[in-house]
Amino acid sequence: MAQDLRGHVRESLVWYGGLGLLAARVARNLTLPPAYFWLVAREVDIIGVRSLTVAVTAALFTGMVLALQTAVNMARFGAENYVGPVVALSILRELGPVLTAILVGGKVASGITAELGSMKVTEQIDALRALGVNYIKRLVVPRLMAAVLVFPLVTILADGMGLVGGMLIAVFDRSVDAYLYWNTISYWVVIKDFLTGVGKSVVFGALVTLIGCYNGLATEGGTEGLGRSTTATVVQVAMGVIISDFFITKLFLFLFW
Amino acid sequence: MDDERPLVELRRVWKTFDRKPVLRGIDLALPKGTILAVMGGSGTGKTVLLRIASGLIYPDSGAVSLFGTRIDRLSEEAMLRLRRRTGFVFQGAALFDSLSVFENVAFPLREHTRLSLGEITDRVHHFLGLVGLPDTDALMPAELSGGMRRRVGIARALITEPEVVFFDEPTAGLDPTNARLVAELIVQLRTGVCDTAIVVTHDVELAERVADQMAILHEGTFADMGTPAEIHHSANEYVRRFLAGELRES
Repeated sequence: MAQDLRGHVRESLVWYGGLGLLAARVARNLTLPPAYFWLVAREVDIIGVRSLTVAVTAALFTGMVLALQTAVNMARFGAENYVGPVVALSILRELGPVLTAILVGGKVASGITAELGSMKVTEQIDALRALGVNYIKRLVVPRLMAAVLVFPLVTILADGMGLVGGMLIAVFDRSVDAYLYWNTISYWVVIKDFLTGVGKSVVFGALVTLIGCYNGLATEGGTEGLGRSTTATVVQVAMGVIISDFFITKLFLFLFW
Repeated sequence: MDDERPLVELRRVWKTFDRKPVLRGIDLALPKGTILAVMGGSGTGKTVLLRIASGLIYPDSGAVSLFGTRIDRLSEEAMLRLRRRTGFVFQGAALFDSLSVFENVAFPLREHTRLSLGEITDRVHHFLGLVGLPDTDALMPAELSGGMRRRVGIARALITEPEVVFFDEPTAGLDPTNARLVAELIVQLRTGVCDTAIVVTHDVELAERVADQMAILHEGTFADMGTPAEIHHSANEYVRRFLAGELRES
């Protein structure tokens, strides 16, 4: 029992340490040549364009359900007309960036782990190293740059769809005036609410990509190990986003409130 | 002076995995123009030795030099320039499975040179011809046989005309025809592309055919080292039994 616990603690320390070291290596390699801009463009397509449907659909329905729940309960206080700001603040500050990071991040990071893990177990990473190629620069940096670029954009789109979803319910189900819905949002929601959410998505993008890349590069034990790494990535991305969200929120409130 | 210095040198190299010592104080010097065959049974640490010599893994202790530069504590980034002067042929070929044969072989040129597409095409075709695989440009690695994959891996390792090539079990798992083809290729290298190599193998026939020097690895050290003729007349009991195929793996 004590030995198991020691094993788990050691594994966790190795994982966090490895993730930190990978982040440091990525930071060191960011400015080194070559730039691999074409790989960044390819990753933007994979991470961003191919994840749009997931992000947008989830945001639309989240906005709708949020409006439904909020309106029903606020009606008890005669404040149904204020459903807009509640939906907007929830979406812009929290749900937009967090849901996008969990859904898109889970999809993207598990894909990265599968791809890099497969390259690891078939010695393709070693082949890159043997050919004198900086594999961090070629495999990790472009993915991270693309994620940092794309996550905020996808989040902004998801934010918009969430607000539209909220409006659809407010207007068609709860008979709130559309003009009032948008007017109360523009009155109560400030640009800071929007920007802190977008700021979070930048951090989430970097975090989920690093988790995906680290688990892929640390894969051992053939195809069975690859399966374990990919599953671990999905769980760690969700946990990483939720836990880091608390600390980023705390930091942003301290800095900008 | 530089020409006399070994291209690859290991001094008192130790490596342990899971508290089990795999290499115990290995000494090795590979001068230019020498092909060294490292032999030994399965699990004796041949591949580990090759990876340490090429800088793919670090030893626990001891000194490793490549082209006169200490690499045993060199950072990954600092190693890149040295690795571009070497070639490594992996046991499983390690081809990039999302790239065609042409793109695999052209990969090092695209990464490290500013050659035009025409020049790259000419060189890729030359080396694919050298390994007996003309007209395979568009094939994907999944469409190749084991022997073909190995030969594409050799072409990819040689295309930058490295100063040293590391071969990891180049004939393992190949049928006799393909194994002979690979052996002929290694012999051919000496006439032009590269005259210095370490070949890790358990194929006695291959070692005798290509090597100037042979070293037999046993329990983490070299049981014997010398020319193929010297090794054949070795006084070491393990070496004699290994070459006679009388050893049973435990």
